[in-house]
Amino acid sequence: MADIVSPLPGVFYRKPGPGKPPFANEGDSIEIGQTVGIIEIMKQFTEIQSDVAGTLESFKVNEGDMVNPGDTIIVIREG
Amino acid sequence: MAFDIKNPGLATTVQDQGRTGHYNVGIPQSGSMDQYAAELGNALVGNTAKEAVLECTYMGPVLTTDQDAVIAVTGAPVELNVNGKPVPEWTRLQLKAGDELSFGVIRAGTRYYIAVQGGIDVPEVLGSRSTYSLGAIGGFNGRKLQAGDLVPVASPLYDGALPDADTVPEEFRPVFAKEQTVRIVLGLYDHRLTDEGLDNLLNSEWKVTPVADRMGLRYSGPGVKWKEREQPFGAGSDPSNIVDAGYAVGSIQIPGGTQPIILHRDAVSGGGYAMVGTVISADMDLLARAAPGTSTRFVAVSMDEALVARKELAELKRNARAALGASH
Repeated sequence: MADIVSPLPGVFYRKPGPGKPPFANEGDSIEIGQTVGIIEIMKQFTEIQSDVAGTLESFKVNEGDMVNPGDTIIVIREG
Repeated sequence: MAFDIKNPGLATTVQDQGRTGHYNVGIPQSGSMDQYAAELGNALVGNTAKEAVLECTYMGPVLTTDQDAVIAVTGAPVELNVNGKPVPEWTRLQLKAGDELSFGVIRAGTRYYIAVQGGIDVPEVLGSRSTYSLGAIGGFNGRKLQAGDLVPVASPLYDGALPDADTVPEEFRPVFAKEQTVRIVLGLYDHRLTDEGLDNLLNSEWKVTPVADRMGLRYSGPGVKWKEREQPFGAGSDPSNIVDAGYAVGSIQIPGGTQPIILHRDAVSGGGYAMVGTVISADMDLLARAAPGTSTRFVAVSMDEALVARKELAELKRNARAALGASH
């Protein structure tokens, strides 16, 4: 298992915008460098990318929740 | 010489002690949000307190230097690396031409500073090198850094003389806590709050929301109540509105009575919200260290106490510089 952690504080979103489909869902196959969510802080949106390849196991943060730097957002089952 | 910006980070800007004296015509002071950290960074590399530094917000840049450089990183705790190897914060570092500086995940606080011997060499605008992004003036082309920018660095001052010590002693490094007590002077409009409203402001826990930047910080908490009144001509309809007036840096507004906003160094200079109090100047650096989620209590002090606190902060800076053996 590999954790994707937030490098910054802010509000986590799974979708690129309201009414749009999520970047990724549980069970999806994820590639290295794939965007899996965004964090909003100071009116800026920072894409969160996976640094491993595998299957998206679970989200540790819900849509619209606040995260702190170092918090695990998503768990990926590698391979 | 110059820094070559490979990755700019989230919001990296050139800042100095600020552009004071123009707030009356709507130009905010800007400058390093955490003046204390920036000043000690400058002291470590043999600069005066006036030289410009790079302010990094949450996520720092990846940069290389085209010549040998003496730098120091101060402020919020973060892992920093030279060519991928960890090096200490609050400590003078010697970079060789071609070396790469990069950062890990910030552990607390909000901002850290890269000071370089000689200082960041951008043109002064209205007497300051600070970036005011909203107004697109100062700093590097009036904006935060972008990948590919070559950020000029000036020649060393005082023939390259450096202070004796190369690290800031522990007792002079600020604490980056998840709880803060922030001192305020009440006024000018605290009398517009109900007793319960004032009690909520001073005796409740408020939390920094993610809506916090160089302009100001927004807090969530129990809210406050404003006294009902017939609004004067020219004021908005909400009891938190006043006829437009000048704002002070550090002043606290509570639009609608819900979430207090504290104005910081890039704030607008006036508007139509009642200011219930103003954070004392000695605690503005403390606010600059408040990350989202920081639990905050506001305590009212007198103007005399605020002036004593200002004196104490100046003395702390003097003592820190003396401990380094910094002479400029």
